[in-house]
Amino acid sequence: MDAAALTSRFPATQDLAGKDMPTFRVAAGDLLAAVRFLRDEHGFDLLADLCGLELQGRPVRFGVVLHLLSTTHKEYVRLHVDAVGDRVPSVSSLHPGANWHEREAYDMFGIVFEGHPDPRRILMWDSYPYHPLRKDFPLAGIEVPFPAADVAEVTGQKVEPAPMMGGPFVSHGGKLSEGEPSALDQSWTEEKPKA
Amino acid sequence: MVKSDFGYNSKVEGEVIVTRADAVVNWVRSNSVWPMPMGLACCAIELMAAGGSRFDISRFGMEVMRFSPRQADCMIVAGTVTYKMAEVVRRIYDQMAEPKWVVAMGACASTGGMYRSYATLQGVDNIVPVDIYISGCPPRPEALLDGMMLLQEKIRQEGGSLRRTFRGRTIETKIVS
Repeated sequence: MDAAALTSRFPATQDLAGKDMPTFRVAAGDLLAAVRFLRDEHGFDLLADLCGLELQGRPVRFGVVLHLLSTTHKEYVRLHVDAVGDRVPSVSSLHPGANWHEREAYDMFGIVFEGHPDPRRILMWDSYPYHPLRKDFPLAGIEVPFPAADVAEVTGQKVEPAPMMGGPFVSHGGKLSEGEPSALDQSWTEEKPKA
Repeated sequence: MVKSDFGYNSKVEGEVIVTRADAVVNWVRSNSVWPMPMGLACCAIELMAAGGSRFDISRFGMEVMRFSPRQADCMIVAGTVTYKMAEVVRRIYDQMAEPKWVVAMGACASTGGMYRSYATLQGVDNIVPVDIYISGCPPRPEALLDGMMLLQEKIRQEGGSLRRTFRGRTIETKIVS
């Protein structure tokens, strides 16, 4: 696909010069029209992936990345969308396969997909109060009530932060990179109790 | 069965075996364990292998896998128990009729295994009483068979099998002759 086709049709689109595939940042308002344009006029008929994204140090905290595949031309295109106000239009009306991907992005990051037919959590239970893949969420978890009140009454069980010491995610060489979350970043461990 | 569980002397008793009721009940229970396969992750694949012809769990009298808790008396928790699923595991355990046993198969069911996170219950013994823990990730079918045979051994040594306490109530089994 010629990069100019998308940028001339949608002037707010920015070419990010992707190394592995054509990559664009699309304005949230243009997303539905751009995905429909790519699907109907350039043959990008398969939504290969849709995921949430949190980037620190950018004015808009969350974003969504879409990978579209053309099964006729055998090529990919990647679209970035900023979630201004944590909201992004849902593309599940164009690609029904986006339904569960968007539910997962909502569950893990709290990104609201406007116009989604079934905006529920998909992995965590419905009453779970957090969005666990946000970078400010500790890997071990936060104590919350057990999903079922009657089972909690019998067992006395709560959703507890998992012990991290000696676990597989604790690295001892410090942070591997500034961009990656690290288990060492935990504010508490078994040796140093939570304040 | 240990030797003291029954006495038999053909010259004295003829066709009569003298034993204790506990020993008979335990013998019957231990040789017809009906497992409920609570397959939650990859351990369930090894559980299926144990049920297949190569490892053949039926050699030990526990091949009757029932997918209904009403028809099972041993829950094999095979796999990672998430908090979302923990509620279901406990409900299914509650629906099983007494007497019942629980086998935690593999590292995840026993302790949470490698999953130390916001989503994973750190051991199924937090919500149900576990009789046998089997190590491994996943355990080989031989390990499962060994664990199940240990469970049989445990059942055979239970005292008061006719009288059990369950949630504060005493349940008595009557023998009708």
